[in-house]
Amino acid sequence: MPQETDKKISHYILKATELKSLLDILFQREYHVIAPSIRDKSIEYDPIASFDEITRGWIDHQKPGSYRLANDEQDRFFGYVVGFSSWKKYLYPADKKLFEAEMDTKNFRVIEDGTAAPKYAFLGVRSCDLKAIEILDKILTEGPYVDLDYKRARDNALIIVVNCTRAGENCFCYSMGTGPRAYSGFDLALTEISDGEKHYFLVDTGSRSGEELISELGLSSASEDEIKTAEKAIEQTIANMSKILNTDGLKEKIWANLDSLYWDEIAERCLNCGNCTLVCPTCFCADIEDTTDIAGEKANRTRKWDVCYTLNFTYVHGGSIRTSCKSRYRQWLTHKLSTWIDQFGMFGCVGCGRCITWCPVGIDIAEEAKQLIESS
Amino acid sequence: MENLERVLSEHPFFAGLQPEYIKLLVGCASNVAFKPGEFILREGEPAESFYLIRHGKVMIETFVAGKGSIMIRTREAGEILGWSWLVPPYKWHFDARALEVTRAIALDGKCLRGKCDEDYRLGYEIMKRFNAIIAERLEATRLQLMDIYGDHV
Amino acid sequence: MATMSDSKTNEINLTEPMITRPFRVNRAIKDTHDTFSLELTPSGNSNKFDFAPGQFNMLYVFGVGEVPISISGDPAKQSKLVHTTRAVGNVTKAMNKLKAGDTLGVRGPFGTAWPVKEAEGEDVVLVAGGIGLAPLRPVIYHLLANRGQYGKIALLYGARTPEDILFQKTLEKWRSRFDFEMYITVDRATGNWKGNVGVVTQLIPRSPFDPLNCVAMICGPEIMMRFTVLELEKRGVTTNKIYVSMERNMKCGIGLCGHCQLGRTFICKDGAVYPYSQIADLFTKREL
Repeated sequence: MPQETDKKISHYILKATELKSLLDILFQREYHVIAPSIRDKSIEYDPIASFDEITRGWIDHQKPGSYRLANDEQDRFFGYVVGFSSWKKYLYPADKKLFEAEMDTKNFRVIEDGTAAPKYAFLGVRSCDLKAIEILDKILTEGPYVDLDYKRARDNALIIVVNCTRAGENCFCYSMGTGPRAYSGFDLALTEISDGEKHYFLVDTGSRSGEELISELGLSSASEDEIKTAEKAIEQTIANMSKILNTDGLKEKIWANLDSLYWDEIAERCLNCGNCTLVCPTCFCADIEDTTDIAGEKANRTRKWDVCYTLNFTYVHGGSIRTSCKSRYRQWLTHKLSTWIDQFGMFGCVGCGRCITWCPVGIDIAEEAKQLIESS
Repeated sequence: MENLERVLSEHPFFAGLQPEYIKLLVGCASNVAFKPGEFILREGEPAESFYLIRHGKVMIETFVAGKGSIMIRTREAGEILGWSWLVPPYKWHFDARALEVTRAIALDGKCLRGKCDEDYRLGYEIMKRFNAIIAERLEATRLQLMDIYGDHV
Repeated sequence: MATMSDSKTNEINLTEPMITRPFRVNRAIKDTHDTFSLELTPSGNSNKFDFAPGQFNMLYVFGVGEVPISISGDPAKQSKLVHTTRAVGNVTKAMNKLKAGDTLGVRGPFGTAWPVKEAEGEDVVLVAGGIGLAPLRPVIYHLLANRGQYGKIALLYGARTPEDILFQKTLEKWRSRFDFEMYITVDRATGNWKGNVGVVTQLIPRSPFDPLNCVAMICGPEIMMRFTVLELEKRGVTTNKIYVSMERNMKCGIGLCGHCQLGRTFICKDGAVYPYSQIADLFTKREL
């Protein structure tokens, strides 16, 4: 986890050709480097073993229910915005063994999972996703109970942000106050500038670990011009971000519309598939699964991501609480934009737009929230 | 007579009723007592009165051949028993059996209906009180029908 | 790999709330045709289990699964942990088959408690419906053990039929006390039943508590609690003196799995016991 420093953010210049050196240091320091790659025709965050595995030269086109990669004319490393998966899958794995138990005649004993915490370096974390990690920090490490596996992985993680110089069609981070630029919470933050002639990164440091990396790389400080160029690129991103969600009083407005007929309209389209929960970088709901081997001698407890769109999710002896499609969509949206604030003091949505892109029928959380409020 | 007047005015059912009406009702009232097991009302018989229970406990029930007595509701001191005297053709729909020694004031239905017809304000007072009781019983019956402690709630 | 029997790892267990602790079943009691109690002997360093009335544990049957079950025993008897439940699902049915000497996993205690401290100096009215008597029994033990601290104490208990009445022996003992008012009613009865018939809400007008100086604690099916709140309000009890216990699907018991959300609250950590006024606006929302 990045350590707060007293110093103001310092700015340095990393040439595109020097990105390899940064990665080499990370490998040397035995980080598990996770970086963008292409999988299933989408940007994915995968472990890489060498610089060559980093993907380059792609941008993405996203629409409600649609995602397409295309060639990036500027041949940037980070020309796309976000793909279907997020960093959550490393810090809070979808399938995590919690313990094993062994039965001997009448007694069982519990064997805790003793796996050492991983040491990740995340390369290419977007500002919205960094905020999503901070949301998970709040939930999983700052309550009365702490998810120790998460905390250990998080404490070890090195975070290299990439500020967004392009707005995706489904992005609305600016509305949610989560992007497109990160100001804290990272070790390093890169802003990629590629204008045909020059190709470099403006590097912001956010922690002592970040400073150390910079000095090991021997980077020179950025000029005023270079800092301004990066700022302009980010301003342009904001100007290009067409999706807007007005968050003024949003929490109260959503809650006040709990009985709105508009939920029925959404339910007409919603398939209750739960894709939105799986791609969401903040959805944390989990199932606890207990299983045994066939002999009944060994048992496992596993934590698995769960989806609030299933009937099972609210099953209590005799029946489920949320039996209608609309009640389940309502739970999800209301949680993200209203009750999450009551629970954790922040929205549960960072405006990354994944749920919009990966919804098979293109339901748009920002648009639905707006319609819901206007319909009342 | 004075004793009956006091008993009537002290029973929760008549709480707040003007004294002149209480006086009027005494003419329709009489003291009754039932031994444990004794029937107070029998299904199908004329519903000629209702009871302000002063002491004891009464079971409202119905009998189903092969199943025995099916108990519907108990009534206790401070409550009233019976409202079929209000609804034509004035017949009891259930049995009522004293579970303990039960003392009550019986109010003659025909007499009471006559007084209510003569004075609509008295009639309204009586109707308001029975309305509350009927509503409460309907609500309780609905709750009973839901079988809320079963498996499927 | 660390094992539970290794005393060094006990520290880890304290901070790792998802790890279950194996407790020995001391006695299995059949309460009614579909309910049962398990008396457990706490394991670990102290052999004691400290809890507040109203709290619950996550109970784990080896390999079958885990369910939240409220504690039904005496909070003063820390060497004996008692749970009472109905055999309705996979886990509780498997639990019902456990015998003395078997092992059951325990995580907890979790959740909020009934307001036994706040109720001191006041009348206490407990309204229980069905299996809802089980989570209230620790309160009764506490009230009776500290009888001098409270005004009148009334238990209003509604069950489905006379055969469904829980803890019959204990209730008989309590009935004989002069400082404890008890009213039991059943929804339906046949045969020789001499007690009350009717829904539990009907007991409220006739029980002798002072509505202006009382704390009410309600536990039962939600619909029963809704009607009970209405009746209590009719008698003049204010909603901030009324407490209810809520139930939802729970997987973790510690507010991290998301299943038990009721609007803005997590029943496992903000409840299961709530002041009614705190969730009054959520109480009648459908499919929340």
